[in-house]
Order: sequence, then C-alpha cells, then structure tokens
Amino acid sequence: MARSSKPIPGVDAKYLVKQAGQLLPEPSRRIFLRGAAGVGAVALLGGCDIVDSESAENSLHVVSRFNDRVQAFIFSPTKLAPTYPDSAITRPFPFNAYYPLEDAPEIDAVDYALNVGGLVSEKKAWTLDELYALPQEKQVTRHVCVQGWSAIGSWTGCPLRHFLRRIGADTRAKYVWFRCAEGYTNTIDMATALHPQTQMTFKFENDILPRAYGFPMKIRMPTKLGFKNPKYVVAMEVTNEDRGGYWENQNYNWFSGL
Amino acid sequence: MTDIAASRSDSAPHGSADAVIHPAWVRVTHWINVLAMLIMIGSGWRIYDESPLFPFVIPFEITLGREFPGALLWHFAAMWLLAVNGIVYVTLGILSGRFRRKYFPIQPREVVADFGAALRGRLSHDDLTVYNAVQKLFYVGVIVASIVVILSGLSIWKPVQFQELTALFGGYDAARYVHFFAMAVIVGFLVVHIALAVLVPKSLRAMLRGR
Repeated sequence: MARSSKPIPGVDAKYLVKQAGQLLPEPSRRIFLRGAAGVGAVALLGGCDIVDSESAENSLHVVSRFNDRVQAFIFSPTKLAPTYPDSAITRPFPFNAYYPLEDAPEIDAVDYALNVGGLVSEKKAWTLDELYALPQEKQVTRHVCVQGWSAIGSWTGCPLRHFLRRIGADTRAKYVWFRCAEGYTNTIDMATALHPQTQMTFKFENDILPRAYGFPMKIRMPTKLGFKNPKYVVAMEVTNEDRGGYWENQNYNWFSGL
Repeated sequence: MTDIAASRSDSAPHGSADAVIHPAWVRVTHWINVLAMLIMIGSGWRIYDESPLFPFVIPFEITLGREFPGALLWHFAAMWLLAVNGIVYVTLGILSGRFRRKYFPIQPREVVADFGAALRGRLSHDDLTVYNAVQKLFYVGVIVASIVVILSGLSIWKPVQFQELTALFGGYDAARYVHFFAMAVIVGFLVVHIALAVLVPKSLRAMLRGR
C-alpha cells in the first residue's frame, strides 16, 4: 500500500513511439521509426503491430507474467533481508496509502476479528487477544516502495509460517490471500508466506501498531515491495486460486519481490 | 559470418569504398540497442519522477509510458532486450577481436591531443575505419556506463536476493544514485554521439549499410 498517486490504466503505444521518435533528431528519427522500431519492436512485442496500443499493452503484460516466474525462480526461501540497528530506523516512518490518513480504517480492538479460512484445518475468527498471545519476534528491516523511496522500520509480531502451521494450513497450496478493512486485497505466493521474515505485525517499535501503519495487524514482508504488505488485515485464506489484488489488478507487477 | 571475416581487414584499405566499417552484427546490435535504450531511458525518467532524487522532475511529455505502472511495465520488459542484446554485443566484440582492434590502446596523451583538435574543429573523420583517441574513450566509457547501469539496476530491483551486489554499490539508496548518474553519462554520450552522426552523415550511413 505504498502508493499515493492515482493509478490510470493503460499504456498508449502509439503516443509512446511518437515520443520516442521525437527524442531523436530529424534524420535519425525516420530511421528509428522505420528501421529500428521495425526490427526491435517485433522482437520485443512478439510480432504485433506497435501502433495497436491494446496489443502492445497485452505484450507488456505477457512479459510481466514472465517476470513473475523469473522472480519466483530467483526467490530464496532462506535468504534473509538485511536487518539494521535501531538507530537506523526512519523517524517519522512515513504513512503511505492511496488515501489520506484521515480516511484510514479505524478499527475497534474489541470488535476486531481475523477471519481465517480456505485450505486450513482450523477455520475460525481470531480475536486480538488470541493473536497477541502468539509467539512474537522483532525485525528492523527496509520497506522499499515501488516508487523508489525506502524507509527502515521496526516490526514485531508472529512469523506467518508459525501461524500457518498452527492453523493446519495446507502449505502445498499456491497462495495466501488477504483482505483488509478498507477493501484492499492482495494475493501472495506460498514461498513468501513461509519465509522466516514474513510476519503478522502487531507492534511498531515498542508500541501497539498505530492506525497509520495498519492497526491492529499488517503483514510485513521485507522480501516484497511495500504495496504487497497489507495493512488493517481482517481476513486471510489459503488458496490455490490467484485472486490478484488492489494494485496488481491495475497493471502493477504481481510478484513484486525484492 | 562473412561480415565478421570481412571486418578483420577493416583497418587495411584506408577510405576504400568497399571496406566494411561495421559488420552486420555491430549494426544489428546497435539498432536494437537504440530501441532498448530509448525505452529504458524514457520509462526510467517517468519512474524517477515518482520519487525524484533531486529537486527537479523530467517533463512527463518526454517520458515513456506516461502513467507510472505503464512506465514500470516498459522498463521491466525492455531490460531483457537491453541485457540480452548487450551480452551478445560484448561477447562478439571480445571474441571477434573488434574491441581490442578498435578501442585499444587508449593513450592519455592522444586523448588530450585529439580532444584539443576536436574543440578546434580539426579532428578528421575521413577514415571511418579508425577511431581517434576521443572516440575510443567515449565508446569504452559508454560501454562501462551501460554495464554499471545494468548492475545498479539489478541491485535496486532485487536488494534482498542480490543484496551482496546492492552492498557493493553502497546500499539500496546509494545504488539509486549510481543508477541515475550512469543514465546521465549515457544520455550525455547520446547527445554528442547523435550530434556528430548528424554532422558526419557518412558515419550514419556506415551504421546502416555497413560501409
């Protein structure tokens, strides 16, 4: 949820090639448009007509899916994200979402329940007290936003893989899906869900997770871009169905690993 | 392959109309690189704008992808074209002996002398088969900058999986600056390179037709 600017779908290939051509001086422009674009675009776009914006966009999505597979391949289930001393923590740690802070969900701790379902042996709603009783670990890791900026935060909570074992999750399933109080959803791969640093986070530094960072629970994944780290999580399902997610459905890369 | 063979004699007949200046593999990888670089730079500028490192943004009108997720899609697609084409070019450049023949040795004294001559407008381009010392430095420099831009890009893309590489660039935040400056070096090269190609049209012809 590390995005603030408005997403507008679509890539206009016609406009884009025109712009590319205009970067060049006149004599080479014709050569670029006629020659290089002809040869290169065919290689890049699999033979489709580059002026057809829809097929150009579809081709880019094919490459993005390919990049998902490449990222899953290079993802190491044991390699840990670098950790930092407390002195490296970014203060104040930025709030970032597709809405202003005053519109962030306000969750009542007493009424809160985490609904756990899907391919698990123990389907139930967990209260906050039950969640707080889970074994917890602290990590100081870097949050990297798809926009490029990064910030170091201190997160404390229960390793998700411990919780998945506890609820009897089928860890051979492909995905874990999350739903959040503001309507944000997100699907992650099981390998990342089982990574030692993937955490159900209840605290930032020594304080109960503040509303700005996702009270009462966020899922912290230092191996994924910020927007893949859901906040205000109210439901979790183990599934074999890729249900996409809020940003993934708006042209952002699905795997978004770091 | 006949072009590669022909290129072996490219230092012999000075100014001969038949001499192959750029074998086919150089021309093909050059123009694929033009496309890949334009997409990478144009989309990279749009990505830069989303979280600028300096107190300026690149005008959206000259960026590619326009919308941020579109720019990301272009950037992470064209990276394959840039990397694969670059690997082919560098491999053939080394194996064919072209790099050794064309780019080396680079004598600092000659660079200074040729640079002075270039500034006075007295640097000859009569023989396109031989690079002057400034050209050698420029071409080797842009190849190095391209390798740096690719490696720093990898370290930004995968700061966990390739964290050793990221550390080599001084960490995630520093790697972003390295990536930006390597891009700036490449764009600076492009300005000079394109200006000279326009001033000496036969050099552009050679990159199209080979001679």
